[in-house]
Amino acid sequence: MKARIKFRKYGVLKFIGHLDVMRFFQKAMRRADIPIAFTGGYSPHMIMSFAQPLGVGITSDGEYLDIELTERISSERAVRQLNAVMVEGIDIISFVEIPDDKKSGGMTITAAADYRVFLLESAESLDVRLPVPETWRENITTFLGKTEVKVWKKTKKSGKEVDILPMVYEMRADEDSIYLLLAAGSEQNLKPELVMEAFLTDIEEQGSPLCYHRLDLRARRADGALVPLSDMGKEIKGGDAL
Amino acid sequence: MRCFAVADTNQKRQESLSNNCGIYTKIERKPMRKLALNDEILLKIEKPARYIGNEVNSVMKDPEKVDIRFAMCFPDVYEIGMSHLGIQILYDMFNQREDVWCERVYSPWVDLDQIMRERKIPLFALESQDPVKQFDFLGITIQYEMCYTNILQVLELSQIPLFASERGETDPIVIGGGPCVYNPEPLADFFDLFYIGEGETVYGELLDAYKENRRHGGSRKDYLEKAAEIEGIYVPSFYDVTYREDGTIASFLPNNPHAKEKIRKQLVMDMTDTYYPEAPVVPFIKVTQDRVVLEIQRGCIRGCRFCQAGMIYRPTRERKLEILKKYAYQMLKNTGHEEISLSSLSSSDYSSLKELVIFLIEEFKGKGINISLPSLRIDAFSLDVMEKVQDVRKSSLTFAPEAGSQRMRNVINKGLTEEDILNGAGQAFEGGWNKVKLYFMLGLPTETEEDMKEIAVLSDKVARRYYEIPKEKRNGKCQITASSSFFIPKPFTPFQWAPMFTNEEYIARAAVVKHAFREQLNQKSLKYNWHDAEVTVLEGVFARGDRRTGAVLLEAYRLGCLYDSWTDFFDYGKWLKAFENEGISMEFYNLRNRSFDEILPWDFIDTGVTKQFLIKEWERALRAEVTPNCRQQCSGCGVLKWKGGVCIEGKN
Repeated sequence: MKARIKFRKYGVLKFIGHLDVMRFFQKAMRRADIPIAFTGGYSPHMIMSFAQPLGVGITSDGEYLDIELTERISSERAVRQLNAVMVEGIDIISFVEIPDDKKSGGMTITAAADYRVFLLESAESLDVRLPVPETWRENITTFLGKTEVKVWKKTKKSGKEVDILPMVYEMRADEDSIYLLLAAGSEQNLKPELVMEAFLTDIEEQGSPLCYHRLDLRARRADGALVPLSDMGKEIKGGDAL
Repeated sequence: MRCFAVADTNQKRQESLSNNCGIYTKIERKPMRKLALNDEILLKIEKPARYIGNEVNSVMKDPEKVDIRFAMCFPDVYEIGMSHLGIQILYDMFNQREDVWCERVYSPWVDLDQIMRERKIPLFALESQDPVKQFDFLGITIQYEMCYTNILQVLELSQIPLFASERGETDPIVIGGGPCVYNPEPLADFFDLFYIGEGETVYGELLDAYKENRRHGGSRKDYLEKAAEIEGIYVPSFYDVTYREDGTIASFLPNNPHAKEKIRKQLVMDMTDTYYPEAPVVPFIKVTQDRVVLEIQRGCIRGCRFCQAGMIYRPTRERKLEILKKYAYQMLKNTGHEEISLSSLSSSDYSSLKELVIFLIEEFKGKGINISLPSLRIDAFSLDVMEKVQDVRKSSLTFAPEAGSQRMRNVINKGLTEEDILNGAGQAFEGGWNKVKLYFMLGLPTETEEDMKEIAVLSDKVARRYYEIPKEKRNGKCQITASSSFFIPKPFTPFQWAPMFTNEEYIARAAVVKHAFREQLNQKSLKYNWHDAEVTVLEGVFARGDRRTGAVLLEAYRLGCLYDSWTDFFDYGKWLKAFENEGISMEFYNLRNRSFDEILPWDFIDTGVTKQFLIKEWERALRAEVTPNCRQQCSGCGVLKWKGGVCIEGKN
């Protein structure tokens, strides 16, 4: 059976890159006695995949990894055992069963990600934040109303110019931050930094330092709604073999 | 993180987290630590994880509730320092004490080094992120000579005076330990004291004396005097050295009534009941030793005459099989590592090796744990085991004949014959291996051109053995990679009196070997690499240097030398300049023949192995006579008096 783990990443863990977070979870699975499945061969690997990498410096309330289990373990117990072996900066939020088929994997179903963007007093601290200028509300409306916003996007080989506006599902200025809902996943993916860069260029604002916080990763449900990835699974009730 | 301290409950922030399927978990969060470096710096430098602490199993305590703050330093980059077993043992041992908080410090990488200097940020410990200069102790483990400039970097960035004589009452006590302190003299001016030997024995006493001294309002000097009375502790400022006209030592005498004439090395006699970290710190980033390390024994029975570890860690002491099994379980469980490896100087000599290896394979192989075996003597058993734990096609086998000719191997007392090597390689080839690594040394005492050429000849014989296998049964071509390093005489070995050679001579010797390789039948299957000669001569100076060489270290550091063990940073030109500026000659330390009655800078240390034994071994070496290993016959090295380990095996 397959399970999806949702976790938060905050504090000093923002300095730990994606590959090291993967290594961290591989070791955590053993410490927490999670019955995870392995591939075969001389150097077996845990069957584990992350939905979407998170850049260094970014915190998140909604990160996901999918794992394959060799036996049943209840959601409650898995969360408890995992949290007992975490460090400051990573909390396990949920552990749910997901369908076995490839189509349901986190990497495949991720369709969007939402973020909060904070303005910083200085780059020295990501925790000392400024309010969002009032004029930005209007600026955003203008920005979103444009016919297109062409941005140079790096690809594996070189790069290309793309219109990012269709990938911005929502953008609004709140008092303390900017809310962004952006296309994410294997088909279309837009980084929040690119949106902010384009926006700041548009309003001719010299980049005051910003920091980014991911709120969640979302999948498109049959009814069209964008829901957190963890909603696409179900709780594993108690009664697992000890 | 393990947390021994009782956190203030009022400060705990309780937070409940919810998710969308109705599972609620409560997470207690302690107030976050404030990092010593700001976000801008941490996001700008390479691998910020080197500096933030917070790793699994790192120990947090309340600074208000401990009496002693100890900063434990490995003077190299985090990934190297975190791979060191000794620090993990001491870290665990110190933190078992409620009154001590031991934290870790490593050399900042060059990018951060520059920022810290520009902005005058004091070097900090990883756990509390507090400046090292506020600590009671700074303990530095000294593992190789080429880290000496990094020691000065750590002191300077910590804003602690480089010279022990300039430190005041509020500066930490700077302690040195590790294998290099078997000749601490080049570093004598920079350390308040040295701990000679294995850390498990008298650290407790040393820390208790510190508390006691503070309780009585004693000064720094009072403490050093108390420390000097503890066995194994050497306080360099309590000794005066005078020199003869020819530059050799005339006298080496205590100048303080508390200082002992001889410092006895410390060692743990009972390896059953000694500290071992059951929950080592697990780094976020990949470090050199990213695995559980099981130390199976200390010391080595072999008595190779070039090997310092084989002499200073006598007698050989084994850990008990049952306890090792327990540790293997515990450590894998507590770290979550996916690999376990054995550590010792010569694993094949561990009496219960077979049982241990079979246990590890049976217990852990099926759980996706890799078992990494150190270089074992190649025989039917080790080949069988290796086939089980690694992919034969991808892995290579390593032999360390150390010398090409049998005569030379007898000189160094490497009890390995050509027959052993060819038989071992033959068995391996028949088992499907086709890659072999061979390690050699050049510049050994009595070495002739013939001996050098034999390195190529032996390598070729190994290749010939491969091609004896019928073509249809072998796995393509074989790859024999021979590497040579240049021999450096070390204190407390039978070769401690041996002269070295010049840089040019080393390169010439490597060239002889290189040419000999070109003359071999199977040259296309052979590859030869050699170690850098410039680093070799420097290591030679500091391995056997006296107090006066400390000035060269400081000058080299001032000229910008740092991370000298890293090829990218090593700058031989600056080192030569430092020798020149200080008027110190490398030749005096490296090229001279030392006589038996010369006072050597390290003679004040008693390692248990007698000078008479070393002299006898040196003489046997010159006659190319082999000395039997400790299990075959006691050769009377002197450590029998401690009645432990291999000396009393089977006599209980």
